[in-house]
Amino acid sequence: MKTTAPWAFEIQDLNSWYGGRQALQKISLLIPERRITAIIGPSGCGKSTFIRCLNRINDLIPGFRVEGRVLFKGQDIYDPTMDPVEIRFRVGMVFQKPNPFPKSIYDNVAYGPLIWGTRKGPALDTAVEESLKRAALWDEVKDMLHQSALTLSGGQQQRLCIARALAVEPEVLLLDEPCSALDPIATARIEELLLELKKSYTIIIVTHNMQQAARVSDVTGFFLLGELIEFAETKRIFTNPVDRRTEDYITGRFG
Amino acid sequence: MKLPSKELNKILVRRYWADRVFRLCAVTMLLITLGTLAALLIDVFIDGAGRLSWPFLTSFPSRKPEQAGILSALVGTVYLMILTVVIAFPVGVGAAVYLEEYARRGWLSRLIELNIANLAGVPSIIYGLLGLELFVRAMRLEESLLAGALTMSLLVLPLVIIASREALRAVPPSIREASFALGASLWQTIWNQVLPLAFPGILTGAILAASRAIGEAAPLITIGALTYIAFLPDSLVAPFTVMPIQIFNWVSRPQKGFFEAAAAAIIVLLAVLLLMNAVAVYLRQKYQKRMNL
Repeated sequence: MKTTAPWAFEIQDLNSWYGGRQALQKISLLIPERRITAIIGPSGCGKSTFIRCLNRINDLIPGFRVEGRVLFKGQDIYDPTMDPVEIRFRVGMVFQKPNPFPKSIYDNVAYGPLIWGTRKGPALDTAVEESLKRAALWDEVKDMLHQSALTLSGGQQQRLCIARALAVEPEVLLLDEPCSALDPIATARIEELLLELKKSYTIIIVTHNMQQAARVSDVTGFFLLGELIEFAETKRIFTNPVDRRTEDYITGRFG
Repeated sequence: MKLPSKELNKILVRRYWADRVFRLCAVTMLLITLGTLAALLIDVFIDGAGRLSWPFLTSFPSRKPEQAGILSALVGTVYLMILTVVIAFPVGVGAAVYLEEYARRGWLSRLIELNIANLAGVPSIIYGLLGLELFVRAMRLEESLLAGALTMSLLVLPLVIIASREALRAVPPSIREASFALGASLWQTIWNQVLPLAFPGILTGAILAASRAIGEAAPLITIGALTYIAFLPDSLVAPFTVMPIQIFNWVSRPQKGFFEAAAAAIIVLLAVLLLMNAVAVYLRQKYQKRMNL
């Protein structure tokens, strides 16, 4: 059954384990399309585990196990017939530490289109340029596309990683604390970029930084010890939290 | 913690003293190592330098010591090394890729790992016996270059596998994740991202393995490589000899002339070894530079 509701993800009773240790407990939530959903919570609360379940990147970790349903546009991504490679193609991801390939700027962005069948040539050049423009990096790198990506600053590297993720034209962008290694100016640029990108993408961002969640997101989920404590519109979470623990966390009483 | 300055001074003096003693010990150990090597080199050079000449490199061995040359052994060594690397490199790297990237971690992979480490320590003569049975007799390759190269490949395979696994393991997980997150398959990730990054390490391992093989005489003597060859191998199944065998043969002769020839051959062997290591360093630098652009 395909739902017509504007939900990118419908998550029902999601449990997960690393070996014998349970990381997520009965997570159920609906992630709206073309909005920014922020996931906040103290370290080790399972927020990274949670978004890493959404593109099945945690499948790569030995001993990792999932129960429950994660529907992406109505399809269960953990269904045995689903190909994780296809999911990762449709759900892009940007990691905490910028991780460009030790190749040129061009080759970094071109890698995704190349493995998905774009041939070298003008079409690939256009794809690279478009992605870099959408990631607001084009003007800074257009004259040095064939230099090593490692010569870029941390903030530029992270925008390059965003461009690389956008190059395969995913439907969703997952960001796992993308600004935690960046200075405030680079952070501001990425936030600006996210607000621009949400016009065409569903964005889910894990963040340590509550101001960041308040600034950029439309809905916010608060995780604590592997449980989803509260999930609501960002404005409401920050002005009028229902749960005492949410209030304690956002007012800085712990975490 | 507050210490009276006298007390502090005493502690510091003792500490610096210990530092000096330790440093002295380390330098002594280094000198012992270098000294031994230097003594060996000087000795060999005194004995053999006079014998080094172009005719020595371009003549076949002879019954007369002053006419004996290293040509067939030098060419045999070069052929054998090339063949060994051609055989052992793909097999070793392939095995390492499987173990590191595909195999599930479990008791079986640990058992294999342990066995490979053990194989690296098996005396080379055992490989010679295996080569004799398997390649010379069962596969009827006779005492040929190919039989020798296959035997040497068995000998160096564990080294190639171990070095390649180290190199693969040194590739940061974040690079793999980045590739997988774009929807790359395991094969695409290995081929496009992991192997290029691991390549300098794999290459170094392969050349070091070849350096080990170049000095081996025992397994080749076991499979019956000849000690007297007065022609160049013209095919894979031709008989052959290598430098260590030639050296072994010469030093066991009573005439002084052969003794000098052996010393000269050792110099040639060291030169080839040095050349190989230089190539390894050069290639590693080159590929590393390309990767960092």
